[in-house]
Amino acid sequence: MTMNLFNQFLSPTFLGLPLIAIALMAPCLLYPSPAPWWQSNRWTTLQNWFIGSFIKQILSPINTKGHSWALLLATLMVFLITLNTLGLLPYTFTPTTQLSLNMAFAVPLWLATVIMGFRNSPTHALGHLLPEGTPTPLVPILIIIESISLLIRPLALGVRLTANLTAGHLLIQLVSSAAFSLLLSQTTAASLAVGLLLLLTILEVAVAMIQAYVFVLLLSLYLQENV
Amino acid sequence: MADRPVPVVEKRLMDVKLGELGTWMGGRDFTPNGLLSSVRRGYERYYNKYINVKKGGIGGLAMLLAGYITLSYVWEYNHIKHDRWRKYH
Repeated sequence: MTMNLFNQFLSPTFLGLPLIAIALMAPCLLYPSPAPWWQSNRWTTLQNWFIGSFIKQILSPINTKGHSWALLLATLMVFLITLNTLGLLPYTFTPTTQLSLNMAFAVPLWLATVIMGFRNSPTHALGHLLPEGTPTPLVPILIIIESISLLIRPLALGVRLTANLTAGHLLIQLVSSAAFSLLLSQTTAASLAVGLLLLLTILEVAVAMIQAYVFVLLLSLYLQENV
Repeated sequence: MADRPVPVVEKRLMDVKLGELGTWMGGRDFTPNGLLSSVRRGYERYYNKYINVKKGGIGGLAMLLAGYITLSYVWEYNHIKHDRWRKYH
């Protein structure tokens, strides 16, 4: 029985069933499907507005061929933002703190953009490996560096999301246990810790939403260069 | 006012008398399709009562989230109970 801070990130099981499956299905329950009548309820209107404005903004720099990715990007954004924000509620489990899940999102989608780029216009896709205007002696090294940066993109996408969320949750746990243990003996220090905790929580809510957005934004950028 | 006689199996759970509970349970559809359809019916009842209304407020969503929190607590209880008055976390 390890007594460390990372216990909160263990994938929970209940009677042998992995709960990550149920935590992953939670976002499905929170989003009502649009009804065929003219004016839907408030939640559906809000949801439609959010998805509409998000997709308009994300797809604006991409040409028409890439617009077929709209559904995927919208789903990904909604899913990630829901998983992240639901994980901030007490006692809940955040599946996006598991590196396996984030890599499962990042690698196939990144690979799809790369393969699409190489299939549709291979010279154009290979041309991305050498920025314009580089001096001739630097060309071999730069190609190697650019290809390494291309290959490291899925790793960066996955690890960025994992690390941000894990670090946030860990900080909240640390500061709150410090505040709790200091509460009786040194009250001023405890009140400072509580203030820090409030700020941290606000930061965490922002980070949860921003990280989801950054993930999808970067994917759309990779799509834009390759489509 | 006398209610029209309805077969026990088709009554709602709240209308079933205690003595008839066994018959009711025996007659219900426990196949996977039946379970799925009962989950869907329950979901639609909740949705149509609290969320699919013209002026829905935060209450509908808040109840769902409160239920999710309690469910998560129940699931993680075996894990959390070691943290009660432990000296080093």
